[in-house]
Amino acid sequence: MITLMYVCSRNNGFAISTPTEEQYRGDGIVSRGPGYGIESVRVDGNDMLAVYSVTKAAREVCVRENRPFLIEAMTYRIGHHSTSDDSSAYRSTDDVNYWDKQHPIKNAYNYLLSRGIWSESQDKEFKQEQKKLVMDTLREAERQLKPSVKELFRDVYDEMPPHIERQWNEVQQHVAAYADQYPANFDHDHES
Amino acid sequence: MARTCHLMRILLTCVLLLCCTCVGKDRVFNTPLSEQGIAGFGIGLATAGATAIAEIQFADYVYPAFDQLVNEAAKYRYRSGNMFNCGRLTIRMPCGAVGHGAHYHSQSPEAYFAHTPGLKVVIPRSPIQTKGLLLASIRDNNPVVFMEPKVLYRLAEEQVPVADYEILLSTAEVIREGSDVTMVAWGKQLYVLHEVCDMAKDQLGVSCELIDLRTILPWDQDTVCKSVCKTGRLLVSHEAPLTQGFAAEVVSTVQAECFLHLEAPAARVCGWDTPFPHIFEPFYVPDKWRCFEAVKRITSY
Repeated sequence: MITLMYVCSRNNGFAISTPTEEQYRGDGIVSRGPGYGIESVRVDGNDMLAVYSVTKAAREVCVRENRPFLIEAMTYRIGHHSTSDDSSAYRSTDDVNYWDKQHPIKNAYNYLLSRGIWSESQDKEFKQEQKKLVMDTLREAERQLKPSVKELFRDVYDEMPPHIERQWNEVQQHVAAYADQYPANFDHDHES
Repeated sequence: MARTCHLMRILLTCVLLLCCTCVGKDRVFNTPLSEQGIAGFGIGLATAGATAIAEIQFADYVYPAFDQLVNEAAKYRYRSGNMFNCGRLTIRMPCGAVGHGAHYHSQSPEAYFAHTPGLKVVIPRSPIQTKGLLLASIRDNNPVVFMEPKVLYRLAEEQVPVADYEILLSTAEVIREGSDVTMVAWGKQLYVLHEVCDMAKDQLGVSCELIDLRTILPWDQDTVCKSVCKTGRLLVSHEAPLTQGFAAEVVSTVQAECFLHLEAPAARVCGWDTPFPHIFEPFYVPDKWRCFEAVKRITSY
Protein backbone atom coordinates (compact mmCIF):
# COMPACT_ATOMS: atom_id res chain seq x y z
CA MET A 1 0.00 0.00 0.00
CA ILE A 2 1.36 3.40 -0.95
CA THR A 3 0.64 6.40 1.21
CA LEU A 4 1.08 9.69 -0.60
CA MET A 5 1.39 13.17 0.76
CA TYR A 6 1.33 15.73 -1.98
CA VAL A 7 1.13 19.36 -0.96
CA CYS A 8 0.30 22.17 -3.37
CA SER A 9 0.01 25.72 -2.17
CA ARG A 10 -1.37 28.73 -4.06
CA ASN A 11 0.11 32.00 -2.88
CA ASN A 12 -1.96 34.91 -4.18
CA GLY A 13 -0.33 37.66 -2.15
CA PHE A 14 -3.10 38.31 0.36
CA ALA A 15 -5.08 37.08 3.31
CA ILE A 16 -8.08 39.34 2.72
CA SER A 17 -6.44 42.72 3.37
CA THR A 18 -3.18 41.50 4.87
CA PRO A 19 -0.42 41.39 2.24
CA THR A 20 2.12 38.59 2.44
CA GLU A 21 4.82 41.03 3.56
CA GLU A 22 2.90 41.38 6.83
CA GLN A 23 2.23 37.68 7.05
CA TYR A 24 5.76 36.32 7.13
CA ARG A 25 9.31 37.61 6.98
CA GLY A 26 10.72 34.46 5.43
CA ASP A 27 10.67 33.58 1.76
CA GLY A 28 7.09 32.43 1.36
CA ILE A 29 5.90 28.88 1.72
CA VAL A 30 8.56 27.14 -0.37
CA SER A 31 11.26 27.97 2.15
CA ARG A 32 9.38 26.12 4.87
CA GLY A 33 9.35 22.77 3.11
CA PRO A 34 13.02 21.94 3.78
CA GLY A 35 12.34 22.56 7.46
CA TYR A 36 10.05 19.56 7.33
CA GLY A 37 12.32 17.50 5.14
CA ILE A 38 10.03 18.00 2.15
CA GLU A 39 11.49 18.75 -1.26
CA SER A 40 9.98 22.06 -2.39
CA VAL A 41 9.55 23.93 -5.67
CA ARG A 42 8.22 27.38 -6.48
CA VAL A 43 6.42 27.81 -9.81
CA ASP A 44 4.77 30.66 -11.69
CA GLY A 45 1.13 29.97 -10.90
CA ASN A 46 -0.01 32.13 -13.83
CA ASP A 47 1.70 29.82 -16.32
CA MET A 48 -0.54 26.86 -17.06
CA LEU A 49 2.18 24.79 -18.70
CA ALA A 50 4.73 25.44 -15.97
CA VAL A 51 2.26 24.37 -13.30
CA TYR A 52 1.43 21.27 -15.31
CA SER A 53 5.11 20.33 -15.74
CA VAL A 54 5.98 20.78 -12.11
CA THR A 55 2.92 18.91 -10.93
CA LYS A 56 3.62 16.01 -13.27
CA ALA A 57 7.24 15.78 -12.17
CA ALA A 58 6.38 16.07 -8.49
CA ARG A 59 3.74 13.39 -8.75
CA GLU A 60 6.23 11.02 -10.35
CA VAL A 61 8.59 11.55 -7.41
CA CYS A 62 5.80 10.96 -4.89
CA VAL A 63 4.64 7.77 -6.50
CA ARG A 64 8.13 6.40 -7.21
CA GLU A 65 9.82 7.34 -3.98
CA ASN A 66 6.86 7.43 -1.57
CA ARG A 67 7.75 10.82 -0.16
CA PRO A 68 5.94 14.16 -0.10
CA PHE A 69 6.59 17.13 -2.37
CA LEU A 70 5.67 20.77 -1.78
CA ILE A 71 4.71 23.08 -4.65
CA GLU A 72 4.18 26.80 -4.10
CA ALA A 73 2.34 28.30 -7.10
CA MET A 74 2.75 32.09 -7.16
CA THR A 75 -0.04 34.30 -8.42
CA TYR A 76 -1.89 37.51 -7.60
CA ARG A 77 -5.43 37.89 -6.37
CA ILE A 78 -7.03 40.24 -8.88
CA GLY A 79 -10.54 40.08 -7.45
CA HIS A 80 -11.78 41.04 -4.02
CA HIS A 81 -11.48 38.47 -1.25
CA SER A 82 -15.25 37.96 -1.19
CA THR A 83 -18.50 39.81 -1.84
CA SER A 84 -18.03 41.45 1.57
CA ASP A 85 -14.69 42.94 0.58
CA ASP A 86 -13.73 46.11 -1.31
CA SER A 87 -10.02 45.72 -1.96
CA SER A 88 -9.54 49.31 -3.18
CA ALA A 89 -9.38 50.11 0.54
CA TYR A 90 -6.00 48.44 0.87
CA ARG A 91 -4.33 48.13 -2.50
CA SER A 92 -3.95 50.25 -5.63
CA THR A 93 -5.77 49.65 -8.90
CA ASP A 94 -2.35 50.07 -10.56
CA ASP A 95 -1.26 46.80 -8.98
CA VAL A 96 -4.46 45.10 -10.09
CA ASN A 97 -4.05 46.38 -13.66
CA TYR A 98 -0.42 45.29 -13.80
CA TRP A 99 -1.23 41.76 -12.72
CA ASP A 100 -4.28 41.62 -14.92
CA LYS A 101 -1.84 41.68 -17.85
CA GLN A 102 -0.32 38.44 -16.55
CA HIS A 103 -3.78 36.90 -16.33
CA PRO A 104 -3.34 33.09 -16.42
CA ILE A 105 -6.54 32.41 -18.32
CA LYS A 106 -5.81 35.09 -20.91
CA ASN A 107 -2.27 33.75 -21.27
CA ALA A 108 -3.53 30.22 -21.76
CA TYR A 109 -6.08 31.45 -24.28
CA ASN A 110 -3.47 33.39 -26.28
CA TYR A 111 -1.17 30.37 -26.24
CA LEU A 112 -3.87 28.04 -27.58
CA LEU A 113 -4.71 30.61 -30.25
CA SER A 114 -1.08 30.93 -31.31
CA ARG A 115 -0.83 27.14 -31.65
CA GLY A 116 -4.00 26.97 -33.72
CA ILE A 117 -5.68 24.71 -31.17
CA TRP A 118 -8.41 27.25 -30.47
CA SER A 119 -9.99 30.23 -32.24
CA GLU A 120 -11.87 33.40 -31.36
CA SER A 121 -15.07 32.15 -32.96
CA GLN A 122 -14.82 28.81 -31.17
CA ASP A 123 -14.27 30.67 -27.92
CA LYS A 124 -17.30 32.89 -28.48
CA GLU A 125 -19.51 29.93 -29.34
CA PHE A 126 -18.21 27.90 -26.40
CA LYS A 127 -18.85 30.74 -23.97
CA GLN A 128 -22.41 31.15 -25.21
CA GLU A 129 -23.08 27.41 -24.87
CA GLN A 130 -21.64 27.26 -21.39
CA LYS A 131 -23.51 30.34 -20.25
CA LYS A 132 -26.74 28.85 -21.51
CA LEU A 133 -25.96 25.56 -19.77
CA VAL A 134 -25.32 27.33 -16.48
CA MET A 135 -28.45 29.48 -16.73
CA ASP A 136 -30.64 26.52 -17.69
CA THR A 137 -29.24 24.45 -14.82
CA LEU A 138 -29.75 27.34 -12.43
CA ARG A 139 -33.35 27.78 -13.54
CA GLU A 140 -34.02 24.07 -13.20
CA ALA A 141 -32.42 23.98 -9.76
CA GLU A 142 -34.43 26.98 -8.58
CA ARG A 143 -37.64 25.26 -9.60
CA GLN A 144 -36.92 22.35 -7.33
CA LEU A 145 -37.97 22.28 -3.72
CA LYS A 146 -35.24 22.54 -1.12
CA PRO A 147 -34.74 19.35 0.88
CA SER A 148 -36.89 18.38 3.82
CA VAL A 149 -36.11 20.24 7.01
CA LYS A 150 -35.24 16.85 8.50
CA GLU A 151 -31.89 17.35 6.73
CA LEU A 152 -31.14 20.05 9.29
CA PHE A 153 -31.00 17.31 11.92
CA ARG A 154 -29.31 14.59 9.87
CA ASP A 155 -25.61 13.75 9.91
CA VAL A 156 -24.83 15.43 13.20
CA TYR A 157 -23.88 11.88 14.18
CA ASP A 158 -24.01 8.67 12.19
CA GLU A 159 -27.28 7.77 13.94
CA MET A 160 -29.77 10.39 15.11
CA PRO A 161 -29.81 10.33 18.92
CA PRO A 162 -33.12 10.72 20.81
CA HIS A 163 -32.56 14.31 21.90
CA ILE A 164 -32.08 15.47 18.31
CA GLU A 165 -35.05 13.39 17.15
CA ARG A 166 -37.14 15.21 19.75
CA GLN A 167 -36.00 18.57 18.38
CA TRP A 168 -36.91 17.51 14.83
CA ASN A 169 -40.39 16.57 16.09
CA GLU A 170 -40.67 19.94 17.79
CA VAL A 171 -39.79 21.73 14.54
CA GLN A 172 -42.34 19.72 12.59
CA GLN A 173 -45.10 20.63 15.02
CA HIS A 174 -44.04 24.24 15.22
CA VAL A 175 -43.78 24.76 11.45
CA ALA A 176 -47.15 23.06 10.97
CA ALA A 177 -48.71 25.51 13.43
CA TYR A 178 -46.95 28.56 11.94
CA ALA A 179 -46.71 27.52 8.28
CA ASP A 180 -47.16 31.09 6.98
CA GLN A 181 -44.12 32.31 8.85
CA TYR A 182 -41.62 29.93 7.26
CA PRO A 183 -40.38 29.57 3.67
CA ALA A 184 -42.64 27.21 1.76
CA ASN A 185 -40.16 26.03 -0.87
CA PHE A 186 -38.88 23.19 1.27
CA ASP A 187 -39.99 19.62 0.70
CA HIS A 188 -42.39 19.43 3.58
CA ASP A 189 -44.04 16.26 2.31
CA HIS A 190 -41.27 13.86 1.50
CA GLU A 191 -39.17 13.49 4.62
CA SER A 192 -37.53 10.19 3.89
CA MET B 1 -23.37 66.01 22.57
CA ALA B 2 -24.11 62.86 20.70
CA ARG B 3 -23.56 61.49 17.23
CA THR B 4 -25.49 58.97 15.23
CA CYS B 5 -23.19 56.03 15.11
CA HIS B 6 -23.28 52.61 13.62
CA LEU B 7 -21.93 49.89 15.82
CA MET B 8 -18.96 49.46 13.52
CA ARG B 9 -17.87 53.02 13.97
CA ILE B 10 -18.05 52.69 17.73
CA LEU B 11 -15.57 49.87 17.72
CA LEU B 12 -13.04 51.79 15.68
CA THR B 13 -13.50 54.86 17.83
CA CYS B 14 -12.98 52.92 21.04
CA VAL B 15 -9.72 51.50 19.85
CA LEU B 16 -8.54 54.93 18.75
CA LEU B 17 -9.69 56.61 21.97
CA LEU B 18 -7.27 54.50 23.90
CA CYS B 19 -4.39 54.93 21.50
CA CYS B 20 -5.11 58.65 21.20
CA THR B 21 -1.59 59.79 22.00
CA CYS B 22 0.23 57.74 19.44
CA VAL B 23 -2.04 56.10 16.92
CA GLY B 24 -0.21 54.66 14.01
CA LYS B 25 1.09 51.50 12.43
CA ASP B 26 2.99 50.72 15.61
CA ARG B 27 -0.20 50.60 17.61
CA VAL B 28 -2.82 49.28 15.13
CA PHE B 29 -1.54 46.58 12.83
CA ASN B 30 -2.23 43.39 10.96
CA THR B 31 -1.01 40.10 12.36
CA PRO B 32 -0.16 36.89 10.59
CA LEU B 33 -3.12 34.62 10.04
CA SER B 34 -2.83 32.59 13.19
CA GLU B 35 -5.42 32.81 15.94
CA GLN B 36 -3.15 30.98 18.33
CA GLY B 37 -0.56 33.63 17.55
CA ILE B 38 -2.99 36.54 17.81
CA ALA B 39 -4.06 35.43 21.28
CA GLY B 40 -0.57 34.43 22.34
CA PHE B 41 0.89 37.71 21.17
CA GLY B 42 -1.90 39.61 22.93
CA ILE B 43 -1.25 37.69 26.13
CA GLY B 44 2.45 38.40 25.91
CA LEU B 45 1.87 42.11 25.38
CA ALA B 46 -0.65 42.26 28.20
CA THR B 47 1.57 40.49 30.68
CA ALA B 48 4.39 42.87 29.80
CA GLY B 49 2.13 45.76 30.81
CA ALA B 50 0.77 47.03 27.51
CA THR B 51 -2.93 47.32 26.75
CA ALA B 52 -3.59 44.69 24.11
CA ILE B 53 -6.78 44.58 22.05
CA ALA B 54 -6.71 41.51 19.87
CA GLU B 55 -9.24 40.81 17.15
CA ILE B 56 -10.39 37.47 15.82
CA GLN B 57 -12.02 37.93 12.39
CA PHE B 58 -15.01 35.74 13.24
CA ALA B 59 -15.81 34.05 16.56
CA ASP B 60 -16.02 30.82 14.53
CA TYR B 61 -12.23 31.02 14.14
CA VAL B 62 -11.38 31.48 17.79
CA TYR B 63 -10.77 27.84 18.62
CA PRO B 64 -7.07 27.73 17.71
CA ALA B 65 -6.75 30.47 20.34
CA PHE B 66 -8.71 28.47 22.89
CA ASP B 67 -5.68 26.88 24.49
CA GLN B 68 -4.00 30.27 24.85
CA LEU B 69 -7.09 31.84 26.37
CA VAL B 70 -8.03 28.99 28.69
CA ASN B 71 -4.64 27.67 29.73
CA GLU B 72 -2.65 30.88 29.69
CA ALA B 73 -4.76 34.06 29.85
CA ALA B 74 -7.35 32.71 32.27
CA LYS B 75 -4.85 31.14 34.64
CA TYR B 76 -2.11 33.72 34.63
CA ARG B 77 -3.12 35.44 37.84
CA TYR B 78 -4.19 32.30 39.64
CA ARG B 79 -1.12 30.19 38.91
CA SER B 80 1.29 32.92 39.90
CA GLY B 81 -0.44 33.73 43.18
CA ASN B 82 -1.29 37.18 41.82
CA MET B 83 2.35 37.97 41.06
CA PHE B 84 1.51 38.31 37.38
CA ASN B 85 -1.68 38.74 35.40
CA CYS B 86 -3.08 39.05 31.91
CA GLY B 87 -5.60 41.75 32.78
CA ARG B 88 -4.69 44.17 30.03
CA LEU B 89 -5.92 41.80 27.33
CA THR B 90 -9.22 42.26 25.55
CA ILE B 91 -10.04 39.95 22.68
CA ARG B 92 -12.86 41.02 20.33
CA MET B 93 -14.71 38.94 17.78
CA PRO B 94 -17.87 39.21 15.65
CA CYS B 95 -20.39 36.50 16.54
CA GLY B 96 -23.88 35.35 15.75
CA ALA B 97 -26.22 34.70 12.85
CA VAL B 98 -26.20 37.03 9.87
CA GLY B 99 -28.63 35.34 7.48
CA HIS B 100 -26.14 33.58 5.23
CA GLY B 101 -23.20 32.77 7.47
CA ALA B 102 -23.74 29.01 7.77
CA HIS B 103 -21.33 26.85 9.81
CA TYR B 104 -18.36 29.17 10.08
CA HIS B 105 -19.65 32.74 10.06
CA SER B 106 -22.60 32.42 12.47
CA GLN B 107 -21.44 30.85 15.70
CA SER B 108 -22.06 32.08 19.24
CA PRO B 109 -19.32 30.46 21.33
CA GLU B 110 -19.96 32.25 24.62
CA ALA B 111 -20.72 29.00 26.45
CA TYR B 112 -17.24 27.61 25.87
CA PHE B 113 -15.62 30.66 27.46
CA ALA B 114 -18.21 31.00 30.22
CA HIS B 115 -16.90 27.65 31.45
CA THR B 116 -13.46 29.13 32.17
CA PRO B 117 -12.89 30.85 35.49
CA GLY B 118 -10.45 33.69 35.04
CA LEU B 119 -12.01 35.02 31.84
CA LYS B 120 -14.74 37.59 31.52
CA VAL B 121 -17.23 37.38 28.67
CA VAL B 122 -19.16 40.43 27.47
CA ILE B 123 -21.80 40.76 24.72
CA PRO B 124 -23.28 44.22 23.88
CA ARG B 125 -26.63 44.87 22.22
CA SER B 126 -26.27 48.37 20.71
CA PRO B 127 -23.83 51.18 19.87
CA ILE B 128 -24.27 53.06 23.16
CA GLN B 129 -23.86 49.83 25.12
CA THR B 130 -20.88 48.76 23.02
CA LYS B 131 -18.88 51.91 23.69
CA GLY B 132 -19.43 51.75 27.44
CA LEU B 133 -18.89 48.01 27.71
CA LEU B 134 -15.86 47.92 25.44
CA LEU B 135 -14.11 50.73 27.27
CA ALA B 136 -14.91 49.02 30.57
CA SER B 137 -13.63 45.70 29.18
CA ILE B 138 -10.40 47.21 27.91
CA ARG B 139 -9.77 48.93 31.25
CA ASP B 140 -10.87 45.93 33.33
CA ASN B 141 -7.98 44.20 35.04
CA ASN B 142 -8.92 40.79 33.76
CA PRO B 143 -8.77 39.23 30.30
CA VAL B 144 -12.10 39.90 28.57
CA VAL B 145 -13.62 38.08 25.62
CA PHE B 146 -15.80 40.68 23.88
CA MET B 147 -18.28 39.22 21.41
CA GLU B 148 -19.99 41.56 18.96
CA PRO B 149 -23.20 40.40 17.25
CA LYS B 150 -22.14 41.06 13.66
CA VAL B 151 -25.64 41.49 12.28
CA LEU B 152 -25.88 44.65 14.41
CA TYR B 153 -22.84 46.28 12.79
CA ARG B 154 -24.96 47.79 10.06
CA LEU B 155 -28.43 47.48 11.55
CA ALA B 156 -28.02 49.17 14.91
CA GLU B 157 -27.81 52.94 14.97
CA GLU B 158 -27.97 55.25 18.00
CA GLN B 159 -27.05 58.72 19.19
CA VAL B 160 -23.84 57.90 21.02
CA PRO B 161 -22.33 60.34 23.53
CA VAL B 162 -18.99 61.57 22.31
CA ALA B 163 -17.51 61.79 25.82
CA ASP B 164 -15.71 58.94 27.53
CA TYR B 165 -17.99 56.66 29.57
CA GLU B 166 -18.02 53.13 30.87
CA ILE B 167 -20.75 50.66 31.65
CA LEU B 168 -20.08 48.49 34.69
CA LEU B 169 -19.31 44.89 33.84
CA SER B 170 -21.27 42.09 35.50
CA THR B 171 -24.39 44.25 35.72
CA ALA B 172 -27.46 43.10 33.85
CA GLU B 173 -29.97 45.72 32.69
CA VAL B 174 -33.74 45.49 32.92
CA ILE B 175 -34.58 47.09 29.59
CA ARG B 176 -38.29 46.54 29.88
CA GLU B 177 -40.24 46.13 33.10
CA GLY B 178 -42.99 43.57 33.52
CA SER B 179 -44.78 41.43 36.04
CA ASP B 180 -45.59 38.01 34.57
CA VAL B 181 -42.55 36.61 32.80
CA THR B 182 -38.82 37.29 33.09
CA MET B 183 -37.01 37.05 29.77
CA VAL B 184 -33.23 36.90 29.72
CA ALA B 185 -31.04 37.26 26.64
CA TRP B 186 -28.05 39.12 25.23
CA GLY B 187 -26.94 40.69 21.97
CA LYS B 188 -29.21 40.44 18.98
CA GLN B 189 -31.73 38.10 20.62
CA LEU B 190 -33.01 41.00 22.72
CA TYR B 191 -34.55 42.56 19.63
CA VAL B 192 -36.42 39.33 18.96
CA LEU B 193 -37.69 39.23 22.53
CA HIS B 194 -38.74 42.89 22.37
CA GLU B 195 -41.21 41.91 19.67
CA VAL B 196 -42.31 38.90 21.70
CA CYS B 197 -43.00 41.19 24.68
CA ASP B 198 -45.37 43.19 22.47
CA MET B 199 -46.98 40.05 21.07
CA ALA B 200 -47.47 38.67 24.59
CA LYS B 201 -49.06 41.90 25.76
CA ASP B 202 -51.37 42.22 22.75
CA GLN B 203 -52.39 38.61 22.30
CA LEU B 204 -52.11 37.11 25.77
CA GLY B 205 -52.36 40.07 28.11
CA VAL B 206 -49.05 38.94 29.56
CA SER B 207 -46.57 41.50 30.89
CA CYS B 208 -42.94 40.55 30.25
CA GLU B 209 -39.80 41.83 31.94
CA LEU B 210 -36.83 41.84 29.57
CA ILE B 211 -33.30 41.63 30.92
CA ASP B 212 -30.08 42.13 28.97
CA LEU B 213 -27.41 40.08 30.72
CA ARG B 214 -24.61 42.11 29.05
CA THR B 215 -21.85 40.26 30.91
CA ILE B 216 -22.05 36.48 30.53
CA LEU B 217 -19.24 35.80 32.93
CA PRO B 218 -19.36 36.72 35.77
CA TRP B 219 -23.11 37.17 35.31
CA ASP B 220 -25.45 39.31 37.39
CA GLN B 221 -27.36 36.60 39.26
CA ASP B 222 -28.95 39.08 41.68
CA THR B 223 -30.81 41.08 39.02
CA VAL B 224 -32.14 37.99 37.29
CA CYS B 225 -33.15 36.16 40.47
CA LYS B 226 -34.81 39.26 41.89
CA SER B 227 -36.86 39.49 38.70
CA VAL B 228 -37.88 35.83 38.68
CA CYS B 229 -38.86 35.97 42.34
CA LYS B 230 -41.20 38.74 41.26
CA THR B 231 -42.63 37.17 38.09
CA GLY B 232 -42.37 33.44 38.86
CA ARG B 233 -41.60 32.57 35.23
CA LEU B 234 -38.36 32.49 33.28
CA LEU B 235 -37.52 32.32 29.59
CA VAL B 236 -33.92 32.38 28.41
CA SER B 237 -33.08 32.56 24.73
CA HIS B 238 -29.91 32.40 22.66
CA GLU B 239 -28.81 31.38 19.17
CA ALA B 240 -26.20 28.92 20.45
CA PRO B 241 -27.30 25.28 20.64
CA LEU B 242 -29.64 24.28 23.45
CA THR B 243 -27.56 21.57 25.11
CA GLN B 244 -25.02 23.11 27.43
CA GLY B 245 -25.75 26.59 26.14
CA PHE B 246 -25.52 29.44 28.63
CA ALA B 247 -29.28 29.33 29.21
CA ALA B 248 -28.68 26.08 31.09
CA GLU B 249 -26.47 27.91 33.58
CA VAL B 250 -28.99 30.70 34.08
CA VAL B 251 -31.88 28.28 34.55
CA SER B 252 -29.92 26.09 36.99
CA THR B 253 -28.99 29.02 39.19
CA VAL B 254 -32.47 30.52 39.09
CA GLN B 255 -34.18 27.27 40.03
CA ALA B 256 -31.84 26.94 43.00
CA GLU B 257 -32.38 30.52 44.18
CA CYS B 258 -36.06 31.02 43.28
CA PHE B 259 -37.49 27.51 43.53
CA LEU B 260 -40.51 28.33 45.68
CA HIS B 261 -41.34 31.37 43.55
CA LEU B 262 -41.56 29.45 40.28
CA GLU B 263 -45.02 29.02 38.72
CA ALA B 264 -43.76 26.97 35.79
CA PRO B 265 -40.60 25.25 34.58
CA ALA B 266 -38.16 27.66 32.97
CA ALA B 267 -38.16 27.73 29.18
CA ARG B 268 -35.08 27.77 27.00
CA VAL B 269 -35.57 28.77 23.37
CA CYS B 270 -32.30 28.22 21.60
CA GLY B 271 -30.62 26.99 18.47
CA TRP B 272 -30.99 23.27 17.84
CA ASP B 273 -28.28 20.76 18.67
CA THR B 274 -26.76 20.82 15.21
CA PRO B 275 -24.01 22.82 13.56
CA PHE B 276 -25.37 26.19 12.42
CA PRO B 277 -27.02 25.35 9.10
CA HIS B 278 -27.00 27.17 5.76
CA ILE B 279 -30.35 27.01 3.96
CA PHE B 280 -32.15 25.86 7.09
CA GLU B 281 -31.27 28.97 9.08
CA PRO B 282 -34.91 30.18 9.26
CA PHE B 283 -35.81 26.91 10.98
CA TYR B 284 -32.80 26.91 13.26
CA VAL B 285 -32.78 30.33 14.93
CA PRO B 286 -34.90 30.97 18.04
CA ASP B 287 -37.30 33.32 16.26
CA LYS B 288 -40.19 35.27 17.72
CA TRP B 289 -42.71 32.51 16.92
CA ARG B 290 -40.84 29.90 18.92
CA CYS B 291 -40.29 32.36 21.76
CA PHE B 292 -43.94 33.35 21.70
CA GLU B 293 -44.97 29.71 21.90
CA ALA B 294 -42.73 29.31 24.93
CA VAL B 295 -44.36 32.30 26.62
CA LYS B 296 -47.77 30.73 25.93
CA ARG B 297 -46.58 27.44 27.41
CA ILE B 298 -45.19 28.83 30.65
CA THR B 299 -48.07 31.21 31.28
CA SER B 300 -50.63 28.47 30.88
CA TYR B 301 -48.74 25.79 32.78
